[in-house]
Amino acid sequence: MTAETSTWATKKGLAQMLKGGVIMDVVTPEHAKIAEDAGACAVMALERVPSDIRAAGGVARMSDPEMIEGIMAAVSIPVMAKARIGHFVEAQVLEALGVDYIDESEVLTPADETNHIDKHAFKVPFVCGCRNLGEALRRINEGAAMIRTKGEAGTGDIVEAVRHIRILMSEIRRLQSMREDELFVAAKEMDAPYDLVKQVAAEGRLPVVNFVAGGIAIPADAALAMQLGAEGVFVGSGIFKSENPRKTAEAIVQATLHFDNPKIIAEVSKGLGSPMRGIAAATIPEAERLAVRGW
Amino acid sequence: MKIGVLALHGAVIEHIQILRAIGVEPVPVRLPEDLEGISGLILPGGESTTMRKLVARWGLREPIMALARSGAPILGTCAGMIIVAMEIAGGDEPVFPLLDVTVERNAFGRQLDSFETDLAMPILGDRPVHAIFIRAPIIERVGPGVEVLARLPDQRVVAVRQRNVIAIAFHPELAGETRIHRLVATMAAEYAEPGEGTEAAGTEPWSFGEVT
Repeated sequence: MTAETSTWATKKGLAQMLKGGVIMDVVTPEHAKIAEDAGACAVMALERVPSDIRAAGGVARMSDPEMIEGIMAAVSIPVMAKARIGHFVEAQVLEALGVDYIDESEVLTPADETNHIDKHAFKVPFVCGCRNLGEALRRINEGAAMIRTKGEAGTGDIVEAVRHIRILMSEIRRLQSMREDELFVAAKEMDAPYDLVKQVAAEGRLPVVNFVAGGIAIPADAALAMQLGAEGVFVGSGIFKSENPRKTAEAIVQATLHFDNPKIIAEVSKGLGSPMRGIAAATIPEAERLAVRGW
Repeated sequence: MKIGVLALHGAVIEHIQILRAIGVEPVPVRLPEDLEGISGLILPGGESTTMRKLVARWGLREPIMALARSGAPILGTCAGMIIVAMEIAGGDEPVFPLLDVTVERNAFGRQLDSFETDLAMPILGDRPVHAIFIRAPIIERVGPGVEVLARLPDQRVVAVRQRNVIAIAFHPELAGETRIHRLVATMAAEYAEPGEGTEAAGTEPWSFGEVT
């Protein structure tokens, strides 16, 4: 009886354990405790939340390892951290720290405009963003064990997240309606590996867990993502840029759980104070959009 | 016959699929009223700290304790094992103090230490179970009246039963393993209709079927 670590089942399995939950961006151990106390199922450790990254400009990189370790020590729930797209050395560093999941993230400034990280080469599992099914399957082919549909991070505007989860889900439904001999061309058109296309057509879902991320600011946003087919949500700036982070965090957890129960969503949405102010995604010039990063 | 799956968060759908595959009607449980008419309850994997919060928030503690005390079978996997333990190492308050054991959370370390292996579990027959451990807990102390169902090669305890409560540190629901759910279904049928035998799962409860 040999024991094998870091298998595909354990990598994909951790994401399965997070389903129905909320993964919150945190920048300090104190934030991480607030997130854990509010019922977050995991935290994303980073130096600045996306809205601050957006405001600061410049190059956004992996966070300080000391800060990540501080957060790992503060909570017992899984800790994720972000590496730049294609920056496999940042990923090696995060793996060496022992984080539970790496997010190869468009929120940081990409390090490679052609290649993503070969995620099969790592023991730690990865989550990656996508805007459509082809992008999701390319990432899974590279070894991503979890997917998140991208929104426009740091805006507090849900519109891009809605666009992308709708595209993903409708492309899955389209594959399901196709004859088997049409899947070859479908794979070619979406630039995705045929075997994964065939699997999605047969199973009617991605081969890994899919969360929605980017632009969630109020409980109803989280429930909207869930009703559109998300299996859980990431919330970045929406919590710690709100007037009352503790209450907002708790309310978003409850609305994600009871996403199909409007009475409960109404109840938990009361008296939260102002949500993050936000920026309408449509007003952001193309060059400053984060969701378009990833190839 | 209906068996509930605590659906606050975590690997809920995986248990629901296995229950369906063995001919049991699954009921997702998010609110106390969802417990109506079920003959057993599965507490899935996920984050026990999250479940602890949500159990308290939605008033599920007392009704689930009452269901367990009435003799309905309760199966906890991974986080589900933590929340049925009477004692949690490190001092966290128990959630459903049903099982006289002490569990240690994240006992193997972080995600990089998650693993899979085959284990003997004699209650299920000769064929070993394929056991996937993800940031898994372990049972440090086994109280009197608690039966050990499986151990790792180093003798650490990873599956136990005390009367109607079964707790497992790994994830049968991720490995297509149906025998544990069949055992729970048999116990649930006995609870629902005492003395009526074991027709609940639709097939011989000890048959070694697998979900494909």
